[in-house]
Amino acid sequence: MRYDIRLTISHRYAQAAGNGRHALRVLPREIANRQHLTAHLIDIFPPPDNRHDSVDFFGNAVSSVTHSEQHQKMVIRMSARVGVMAPAGHHSGGSGLGQLALDLSRSRDLGPASPLHFLGPAPRLLPNADIARFARDTCDLSAPVADIICQLGLALHGAMTFDATATDVDTDAAEAFSKRRGVCQDFSHIMIIALQSLGIPSGYVSGFLRTLPPPGGVKLEGVDAMHAWVRAWCGAAQGWVEYDPTNATLVGTDHIVVAFGRDYSDVSPVIGHLRSSGAQVNSQAVDMAVVD
Amino acid sequence: MQKSPTSQTQSAPRDLLTAYRQQAGARDEMVDKAGNVKPVWQPFLDHLQGLGDQDIAHRFARGNQYLHDAGVRFRQYNDTASEDRDWPLSPVPVILDQDEFERISEGLIQRAELLDYVLRDLYGPAELVSSGQLPATLLTQNPAWLRPMVGVEPASGHFLNLLSFEIGRGPDGKWWVISDLVEAPSTAGFAIENRVAMTKVFPNFFTSANIQRIAGFFRDFQQQLFELRGKSDGQIALLSPGQGNQNYAEHAYIARYLGLLLVEGEDLIVQDGNVMVRTVAGPKPVSVIWNRIPSALTDPLALDQTSLIGTPGLVDALARQRVNMVNSIGAAVLETRALMAFLPKIARQHFGEALKLPNIATWWCGEQSKRDHVIANRDRMIVGSAFSTEPMMADTQTASPQEAGKMTELLNRSGRELVGQEVITLSTTPTYEYGALVARPMCIRLFVARTPQGWQVMPGGYARVSAGDDATAFAMQRGGKVADVWITGGNTVETPSLLVSGSGSTQRLSARAALPSRAADNLFWLGRYVERAEHNMRLFRACFARINDGGNPDAPLLRYLRDHLMGGVAASSGAMAATFESPLEQALVAARRIGDRFSPDGMMALHDLVATTDGLKNRHVPLEDIPKEISVLLRKITGFAGLVHENMYRSDGWRFLSVGISLERASNMAHLLAKLLSPDAPDGALDLALEIGDSVVSYRARFSILADPVAVADMLGVDDQNPRSIRYHLSRAKWHISDLPGQSSSHVLSEVARKTLLLETQLAASTPAELTPKVLLKIQRDIWSIADALTQAHLV
Repeated sequence: MRYDIRLTISHRYAQAAGNGRHALRVLPREIANRQHLTAHLIDIFPPPDNRHDSVDFFGNAVSSVTHSEQHQKMVIRMSARVGVMAPAGHHSGGSGLGQLALDLSRSRDLGPASPLHFLGPAPRLLPNADIARFARDTCDLSAPVADIICQLGLALHGAMTFDATATDVDTDAAEAFSKRRGVCQDFSHIMIIALQSLGIPSGYVSGFLRTLPPPGGVKLEGVDAMHAWVRAWCGAAQGWVEYDPTNATLVGTDHIVVAFGRDYSDVSPVIGHLRSSGAQVNSQAVDMAVVD
Repeated sequence: MQKSPTSQTQSAPRDLLTAYRQQAGARDEMVDKAGNVKPVWQPFLDHLQGLGDQDIAHRFARGNQYLHDAGVRFRQYNDTASEDRDWPLSPVPVILDQDEFERISEGLIQRAELLDYVLRDLYGPAELVSSGQLPATLLTQNPAWLRPMVGVEPASGHFLNLLSFEIGRGPDGKWWVISDLVEAPSTAGFAIENRVAMTKVFPNFFTSANIQRIAGFFRDFQQQLFELRGKSDGQIALLSPGQGNQNYAEHAYIARYLGLLLVEGEDLIVQDGNVMVRTVAGPKPVSVIWNRIPSALTDPLALDQTSLIGTPGLVDALARQRVNMVNSIGAAVLETRALMAFLPKIARQHFGEALKLPNIATWWCGEQSKRDHVIANRDRMIVGSAFSTEPMMADTQTASPQEAGKMTELLNRSGRELVGQEVITLSTTPTYEYGALVARPMCIRLFVARTPQGWQVMPGGYARVSAGDDATAFAMQRGGKVADVWITGGNTVETPSLLVSGSGSTQRLSARAALPSRAADNLFWLGRYVERAEHNMRLFRACFARINDGGNPDAPLLRYLRDHLMGGVAASSGAMAATFESPLEQALVAARRIGDRFSPDGMMALHDLVATTDGLKNRHVPLEDIPKEISVLLRKITGFAGLVHENMYRSDGWRFLSVGISLERASNMAHLLAKLLSPDAPDGALDLALEIGDSVVSYRARFSILADPVAVADMLGVDDQNPRSIRYHLSRAKWHISDLPGQSSSHVLSEVARKTLLLETQLAASTPAELTPKVLLKIQRDIWSIADALTQAHLV
């Protein structure tokens, strides 16, 4: 399956801003046997004084751009054509928590995909007793790890209400959980903290989600925003699986990965710093069209 | 001379040791087990015994006075606020024999090598993990291991250039490393200040005793910084978190001592991978950064995004090897407590020999056998976080030995995140308390630097001495004291000083030439605030002089004065004192932010002003004494201005300070005249203007006794010889501005120079009668547009 994806992020500043520097993580990842970019372009307005592309620790593409001149508005446009195959299937059964702990204690891997990076803590992943209790109460801890992940995701989806007004990008997981409300970012952080409390390595995935049109309906353009979900490690034998707690589903070909990280702070699409005294309004639009 | 009992005690030899009690189970630095004074201590003790109580008190006070005057302070925190306190010097040194120091040095140099090797590995191939010598989770779960730095090679090839170690001596006489301080080894500068203070306390002893000097260490480290700069002509900067940091005074001190450019994160920008410092003459390249900001806060783009004190893009510049960092970002991972459990083995593997100086025995509880050991020996262990970088004995977040069952459960549940560490009983050293020497637990901080001649250990350092018997109360926050460390008994020592060094000092001059925009901004505001305070004092004095003369505080003139020139302030001394206390405090804040560029004398003068003002506000002053008190303050503030003009080097910094004073004074005078020359002004307004403008005498010399509006406008507006007139200060501002960087390079005037010249010319061409209130208010606005243009051109 192939998609054409377009993302537009714009920042408007109430006061002109200068000396801006931004790190962008917006380009879909190249993942062997799963995701392949055939064409891509990142376009920034106003044109930056300087752009430097690199790859971060977790293997995500990062573009660093600087604007020294004063400007009122910055627009980032990304377009890409991506071929997607279903990720290596999740299967029920396999290692339990005991075997998982053994696998972890034997690991000496510090590479970007090593589960050891995903045991916590991280800036947005502070251990939380309520979330840990929820995990213990809702999961069958004697079940295989792959099943625990789905049990937890389903339980969390049932307990939480999707509500774009309850939280914002800086809300921490503990607060969203106590409200039992939030968006994909909150669902994902809560699920990661819950899994880590059980000793299951898990991390944050940012990306795009194809929103299926209603039967007979026409898909609207630009209504989608960037999405987030969770990946978790089931032990050496099965490796990583991805789960979308906002939609209570395992990840298939509707999800396009942009970046892997421990939490949101590792993968934020735009991390910025500039000299400005005024307020800032950000907006984001995504269009994801099926090519074939 | 009067004979008194005290003169008898002064001459009689005393025994300071009668009350000296060794602590059970601990070793003492000064006396051996039998109670005999060790030979290395004897000369000092003889010297001390020969002094009388009063002499001792007098000498100790002299040392403290020096530290106080030099601005050596520390910040005490409590729940709600922080406060600067005097530096707690214990004036009895810790004395070590040269041979013992050599043995310690060997151990510390070996450890510095080992830590550099470990750090290189942890941010490089990580073979220590892949070979199983270090558990992987000690990195992957460690907030101090900064992933963005993995694979980043320092441009110089060196990960570490300056380290410090805290060491302590156990009951068996062996020294142990208690903690490794590599992130931002602070307070080396205070070792110098401690030493200088001690030379004030024991001047004659210092000239005769063979005490190793420490200046050579700094000279060699300074040389290393120049070597790191290589052939580039970039600045060598000391990067500080700024005035809010508890060690800021030391940052300012050491920057001044070594001739480094003191910068904060916001002073630096990264352009195309190069680090630049924003100066009044535009961005200038930086080649070497001696960093004092916690690693994770140095770059809000690549590291901790919540950091407000970093420089976006710094990690990018490091990755592209465009700047040298002392020490490399991420070095704090070496301070991880659990690492101590593995370093002895890693040393044997790496050097083929054991650590020459062991570190405090530590067990990582992620392994079953170590957990069992910790549980079995729990009565002489402390258990705490594996990842903390605090020394265990100073950490309040530790679990004390508990009942075995609970301990086992805790360790089995989260062993990977915990370590057990053996408690050692530290040796004691004498401190002087209430006329006698008392034994208190201590540990010593020593500094090791990479120099062009290899690693060097500072032959001195400072000891931290506990406030009581408690070996955990070293922290100054908890009443601990600091003592100088003397190394004696070696060869006759040379007497180096930075002031006589060769090539280093000439290189240093060019490095000082750059003035960061932020520092210039603070100097500019310092000038403005001090001038504003002086102006308000003059208003205040004029007001009270009239009340004293029987004037009703609500008489028309005094009402007018308060309403139009003093912001409607109440006629109380407290309310009026606040109008100059607040700008003085602001001036102090600005002066503190530029601690490296502002003389200790100037700082003292400011402190004195604030303290005197505070006194005026908080105690009852009889009405008739108020003008006199204000006159004292005015004399002090004039003294401050004198310091600026007589003692300050004619640098760009001095120019910004002077422009600040001149623009503020010109503006205040324009405003004053606009109000007092107004037709609405009550009788007596003209005399008031002359008095506030300090021009009564010169006015009478030139004009009549009776004040005339045109003559007053002449004297205080357009006169070019009166240092209180508007025109005089515009001329001065013009002159300073024309000397600022970039102002003389073109025949086209800069915006700020153009505005100043226009306004000065307008005043020169005006007749006094043309200075109507409306024109004067316009002049005041034009003066502030000069200040804005100056800010735009040099300060943002």
